[in-house]
Amino acid sequence: MTTKPTISKSALAEKFRAFVDPAFVITDNETMKPYECDGMSMYCEMPMLVVLPETPAQVQRIMRLCNEHNVPVVARGAGTGLSAGAMPHKEGVVLSLAKFNRILEVDPLARTARLQPGVRNLAISDEVSKHGLYYGPDPSSQIACTIGGNVAENSGGVHCLKYGLTVHNILSVEMITAEGDRVTVGNDALDACGMDLLALMTGSEGLLGIITEVKVKLLPKPEIAQVVMAGFDSVQKAGDAVGGIISHGIIPGGLEMMDGHAIIAADDFAQAGYPREAKALLLCEVDGTEEEVHEHIEQAEALFKKLGATSVKTSQSEEERALLWKGRKSAFPAVGRISPDYYCMDGTIPRRHLAHVLLEMEKMSEEFGLRVANVFHAGDGNLHPLILFDANVPGEFERTEAFGGSILNLCVEVGGCITGEHGVGVEKIRQMAIQFNDEELQQFHDVKSAFDPKGILNPGKGVPALRFCQEYRSLEHKQHKHETVEAAHG
Amino acid sequence: MADISKKLREQILDARGKGQKLNVVGGGTKQFMGRESDSHAEPLELKKHTGIVEYHPVELIMTVRAGTTIAEIQNALDEHGQCLHFEPPVFGKGSTIGGTLACNLSGPARPWSGSVRDQVLGIRLLNGKGEHLRFGGQVMKNVAGYDTSRLQAGAMGTLGAITEISLKVMPKPAMTMTLVEEMPQSDVIRYMNQRAGEPKPITGAAWVNGKVYLRLSGAKSAVEATAKKWSGEVLENGDDFWQQLQHLTHDFFKGDEPLWRFSVGSTAPDLALDGPQLIDWAGSQRWFRGVADSARLESIAKKAGGQVSMFRGGDRTDEVMHHQPQALQAIQQRLKESFDPDGLFNPGRLYSWL
Repeated sequence: MTTKPTISKSALAEKFRAFVDPAFVITDNETMKPYECDGMSMYCEMPMLVVLPETPAQVQRIMRLCNEHNVPVVARGAGTGLSAGAMPHKEGVVLSLAKFNRILEVDPLARTARLQPGVRNLAISDEVSKHGLYYGPDPSSQIACTIGGNVAENSGGVHCLKYGLTVHNILSVEMITAEGDRVTVGNDALDACGMDLLALMTGSEGLLGIITEVKVKLLPKPEIAQVVMAGFDSVQKAGDAVGGIISHGIIPGGLEMMDGHAIIAADDFAQAGYPREAKALLLCEVDGTEEEVHEHIEQAEALFKKLGATSVKTSQSEEERALLWKGRKSAFPAVGRISPDYYCMDGTIPRRHLAHVLLEMEKMSEEFGLRVANVFHAGDGNLHPLILFDANVPGEFERTEAFGGSILNLCVEVGGCITGEHGVGVEKIRQMAIQFNDEELQQFHDVKSAFDPKGILNPGKGVPALRFCQEYRSLEHKQHKHETVEAAHG
Repeated sequence: MADISKKLREQILDARGKGQKLNVVGGGTKQFMGRESDSHAEPLELKKHTGIVEYHPVELIMTVRAGTTIAEIQNALDEHGQCLHFEPPVFGKGSTIGGTLACNLSGPARPWSGSVRDQVLGIRLLNGKGEHLRFGGQVMKNVAGYDTSRLQAGAMGTLGAITEISLKVMPKPAMTMTLVEEMPQSDVIRYMNQRAGEPKPITGAAWVNGKVYLRLSGAKSAVEATAKKWSGEVLENGDDFWQQLQHLTHDFFKGDEPLWRFSVGSTAPDLALDGPQLIDWAGSQRWFRGVADSARLESIAKKAGGQVSMFRGGDRTDEVMHHQPQALQAIQQRLKESFDPDGLFNPGRLYSWL
């Protein structure tokens, strides 16, 4: 987006007020303040104005006006994103989908639900529970995050090794294009003729269209689920145990790992009964029919013991299962208690490199003088290192960012990627240059232009401008070389 | 096992210079699909670009060159008790993984195990500028950049030549069992969907010639317990039946009459077609044989929440895929241009306008 808006704030607001409830065209700084950032509160910007439409037709008119006048548009769901993907553009409009919060239709026989994009993730499962169904992807923020945001980020959660990501669990989206066309991508079937635009939309971070409706698939609730908790005296052994379970032919519903720091923090917070002396903890949930779970739990317990677990415990009731998960699910706030601030990373690695990556991270932790705790979606290789810092100490956030950047570079180096589920947004835009070369990034820009010729949708996010990439790469290279030389001399 | 990507790249650059169109060909077993190939185009052959680049059984991940045959992949997986659980249809010995992805082909387990597109983690692709691009990776979660890997599913090679694919693979189920019983077509849609809504290890639901077939697979205890609860007789050599559906070798598929594929909502009522039908995917995929007016079939498919394509046979000079709404057609044309600005790859194969 290079051209400036051709309309003033007041003129645009007046045009919006002609068809959107005027109370929901927000132009004063005080009311706009809550929109200045998303869940990634270190990145803030005040928008030109905020608008909360109620119908797809209104979204269409908003898009047509913004496209005509080169006004950037940033779509926003619940604002729980962790990569500043919904951070406003200072010359742009924040288009909040908060009023699109209705569950439009549930079809228990077809196992589908038609939703407005502002429906909260957990509200879907709550609503369909009476039919013995649930919605698969369960990101940690599921109490608050919305299905529209889930599509934009291709959200996963702890169950995605077995049940997949958002892209595997949706049938169609209705969206408004940058030019104001209302189109449906996908349908009630499991595939559609032509290019897979539904996959392309999923995880596109609001850069390709504004989602106004989502149709999701629902799954039958498993008869039973049980968790085996296993403690290990080394990360390596725990990592091997993950491989052991999977190559044995058991696909756990959830498979999570925590390192020593995270174990202590989570146990202090939740009193989950974790083995506090362990260096790594595995939570392995098996779900399915009663017979299947019984068979697999026995096998998992035996395998963990054989592979060197120092403690093994299996949940015997729903309460116990919930408690074991409570520790893991509250790992972030638990870590929040032991540090004024924390910064959550989201790299993904091939699992065979886990021990190496954690070891390197310990070294970096010393180098940068910042603590790090690790929680890890072990089944799918998604790491969430939490860097502990204090934003009130001058320079500490900058150091944290640099530490985070180094972690992501390491992930790419071992064949992984810079973001598993949080998205690139603004936060990881520089690291895109490490993961992709200029030709690949240019292809992404060209894909965007196919949907959004004028570049008004969420400009400045997701894919970096090529002119900045070379600079960042050479900077990283120099830094890396410098570190290597220092290490050699040290 | 050979990496011929450099040679492929040279051919693309050469073709670009001369304005020569290219037909992307793997094993050549899916030539019957899509619209008739452009007779002036020269083949861009992927079948020698073969080999398993990496396979990590404990991570459930495999990276293969696009010209590798499904048979070779399955042999390697067999050694570790794993499989491609989207059950790729194979139409001849030469069927490749690249063609399978380009045509988005998946077998009877699709509603439960996902499609080939669902298992793709990353690809390498030669675009129309001869750039060898890498998207996605070898990890199951990856939201860096747009999902241009899965975009290829169903694009039929119109965006470029896929050269390498990373896939999620899965352990083979410990046990499989098939239950069969007589059922009229009028009852079968509701029945299959009800069964699919139960938390049981179901991985197949099909109906043909007045009989409904349900497949159970998973842990032995779970399969046996479910089979006891559900109605239907255990079918001897049940796997044979599912393979006939997977590879379209069942009697239903024999002969030259046009074969139509309806991909519709699983609970859509009977499509009321005047001819034989085979229902798979618990109602989501319905096959139909017969000469018919495609506009009429499209309106039937649309009412059923989906689309129809003329999968095999019939006149393939006209459109064979369901028509696209204007806005989506425009987006796909622009996407095509972004990957292949000179329109080199598979001109007119997917749609006349692509």
